Amino acid sequence: MAKFFAVTIIIIAIVSAIPILRHTWVAPEDISTHGHLIDEQMSETMAEAGISFLAAQFVLAIFIWMFSNRAPDAKIKSFPGGAKALVIGALLLVGAEVLALGIFGVKAWANVYLTAPSADAMPIQVQAGQFAFYFRYPGPDGKLGPNHPELINEGAQNFFGLDPAHDPESRDDIVTAEMAIPVNREVHLLMHSKDVGHSFFVRELRVQQDFVPGLDVSLHFTATKVGKYEIVCTQLCGLGHYNMKAYLDVLSQDDFNDWLKKQAAMQ
Amino acid sequence: MHDMSAHAVQHHAPPTSFIRKHVFSLDHKVIGKQYYALALVAAICGMALSWMMRIHLGWTNAAIPGLQLLSKNGAPGGVMTPEFYLQLMTMHGTIMVFFVLTTAPFAAFGNFFLPIQVGAEDMPFPRFNMMSFWITFLAFVVLMSSFILGDGPTLGGWTQYAPLNSVGSVAGPGQGLGVVLWMISIALFCVGQLLGALNFITTTLDLRVKGMSLMRLPLSAWAWFITSCMGLTAFAVLMPACILVILDHVAGTSFFVPSGSVINDQLQPHSGGSTLLWQHLFWFFGHPEVYIAIVPGIGIVSHILITSMRKQMLSQRVLIYSMGALAVLSYMVYGHHMFVSGMNPVSSLAFSFPTLVITIPATIIVLIQVFSLYGSNLRINSASLFALGFISMFVSGGVSGFFLAQPSIDIMLHATYFVVGHFHMVMGVAAMFGIFAGTYFWFPKMAGRMMNETLGRIHFWLSFVGAYCIFMPFHYLGMAGNIRRYSSFPDDFLQPLLPVHQWITVAALITGAAQLIFVYNLIHSRFWGKPAPDNPWEATSLEWSTATPPPWDNFGGKHPVVYHDPYQYGVQSSVGDYVMQTSPEQVKSEHDEK
Repeated sequence: MAKFFAVTIIIIAIVSAIPILRHTWVAPEDISTHGHLIDEQMSETMAEAGISFLAAQFVLAIFIWMFSNRAPDAKIKSFPGGAKALVIGALLLVGAEVLALGIFGVKAWANVYLTAPSADAMPIQVQAGQFAFYFRYPGPDGKLGPNHPELINEGAQNFFGLDPAHDPESRDDIVTAEMAIPVNREVHLLMHSKDVGHSFFVRELRVQQDFVPGLDVSLHFTATKVGKYEIVCTQLCGLGHYNMKAYLDVLSQDDFNDWLKKQAAMQ
Repeated sequence: MHDMSAHAVQHHAPPTSFIRKHVFSLDHKVIGKQYYALALVAAICGMALSWMMRIHLGWTNAAIPGLQLLSKNGAPGGVMTPEFYLQLMTMHGTIMVFFVLTTAPFAAFGNFFLPIQVGAEDMPFPRFNMMSFWITFLAFVVLMSSFILGDGPTLGGWTQYAPLNSVGSVAGPGQGLGVVLWMISIALFCVGQLLGALNFITTTLDLRVKGMSLMRLPLSAWAWFITSCMGLTAFAVLMPACILVILDHVAGTSFFVPSGSVINDQLQPHSGGSTLLWQHLFWFFGHPEVYIAIVPGIGIVSHILITSMRKQMLSQRVLIYSMGALAVLSYMVYGHHMFVSGMNPVSSLAFSFPTLVITIPATIIVLIQVFSLYGSNLRINSASLFALGFISMFVSGGVSGFFLAQPSIDIMLHATYFVVGHFHMVMGVAAMFGIFAGTYFWFPKMAGRMMNETLGRIHFWLSFVGAYCIFMPFHYLGMAGNIRRYSSFPDDFLQPLLPVHQWITVAALITGAAQLIFVYNLIHSRFWGKPAPDNPWEATSLEWSTATPPPWDNFGGKHPVVYHDPYQYGVQSSVGDYVMQTSPEQVKSEHDEK
């Protein structure tokens, strides 16, 4: 029974590691300028966590195999070195691992969150509401008009609560249900929730950020590959949460200019 | 060292009426069994809910026979609606975290065995103890009542994020009365646990019998003591937070709702609240809660393993200090749940470091447990199998913590099945294995009868392999970006992952069915099991020095005196390879830790 248990642990450990080694289920290709830092951090963590996982399971299995159901008169021994060796080992090894992951991880995080967007980053406001995203682009004036929550009326297609009659900056704003951005141009995303908590997640962009009702949050990123990607909500927001999504079109600069013109004409 | 047991004896007279013996009992042992029964009923409910959810996730349009009886609107014809999925998911998480993982390893086993392990006749405040259970029971009834009241249970998840939890039924089914019932239930639960924690702390500090220094306490007693200290702080924060949400619903306050919130084109009559405030309050409780669920398991499993190994752990002190370090650090790490919440990104780095550091005491615990096996004479039985399984699961769930401790990686893994896999492994399955190990080990003392060993082993094998088949793929799903809390997967990139969900569903149904073997074994053995001797495992701590089952005052009017450290194994004594803590016999042990 004990030996069978030991073998089972080892089989489970190896089988668990196979999909990781074979990259069976992985995130899709990165299309952002910062994503490679996250991917590298993930790989390093996987190596360290994977080795820890396999080593711990193997040692557990080996000791179960060796020391179970021995003869009643078998001599009881203690691990040479005792607890002190283990504590020192844990402090050194795990401490070094923790320090390395902590220090190197800062770079990837800082690249997304602790740097300001460049002055020429393209501002786009995204508003999340149960259960859809809407996007707003500034018109030729380059400015987004203010939101008036009391004017929000989905039936009248006033998703952002704009008041063009009184706010000149809102008059040329372009509101869309899909998001398009030019490739290789930094985007400054201004995130606003109109009701409850939501989140903005694009796997390929290596971007995930919650919307905070009452607090506008900003995010900046640069997409490096043309294509169509899904934007999904990852913060439980109500019964339609599972179906709250939009699409992100990463276009060449010319295609983007055409797209924006078409959208402006449809306002 | 304290010796107050002589003054604290006979807190209450022996019970005579049926109600005092079995219902409103003041006896910590009856209260412990009542907690266990509550946890068992809750676990069966929680597991049944997970079965329904899993079937829906694997085969979205499948009709589940009888489901319409639970909610006509939520499951017309037995097919689950998206909102009903979220309601079941919320109830599954709430029931399991609060009423199973907190109740069984801490309140149930702790109530029964802590006073006996310290040599006391009862806890110092038996009426508080009785109230603690009945308030917890009431909390469970209030929670379950949301299935039949209003438009069903809340759908906001066990974390109940604001402002979804505060704006009322306009935000979805169950968000009105359902949320209020949830908050009342959890506030009551907190009161119950606070009363319990007071009793546990005072029992440990004040009622230790003569000779029972703190370092002579068994590791299980230490774990319950440390857990009760955590509970005292954590539940004291969650309870007022729940009351504030109730006020947002019924008193027109706006603690958690900011101004300008528009739902269904209606501007909500709130202003000035903070949604992040809820997250701070909730996770200040929520992360210590993880350790409230798992630290008793660490103590119980260590206690059992030592008995099974016939030798001490490499260092009892190091294990105690490591459990203490987990408890202290657990309050400094809660912000890792909020890396992408909109919290100041510098705070994320501040929370990341202690989260990584907490892996050090956790690693030391595992290393001490594993390397203590070296040179032992490990007795394999259902209890020790589950204890060893606990270590394997704790490792598997623990290593994924390395990923989630880092804000940059959390950008990809937050709110995915990776998180679900991580916490199910480490605080779900590992803690459950601790509960199972404790049950197989202590059942003879609690019920006076032995459990069926063959059924116990079958239960172990199906649970051990089954749990890996269910929860390891959760991690793979998360790495591929599968978002949690979705009732189905309409997104293009999630479609190819459906076969993995179907595999998990089949594994969950089989593993869940295996738990019925345990329930059968428990009930059958309770009435028809072989009568248990006083000390079937040849163990040393005080619970094995009294009769089976223990008399109402635990030691039959005597006051035990403790002469030894808790784990004197691997010695040559007049009874075998061990010396009871209460035995005045002096033997030399190479494992004595001074």
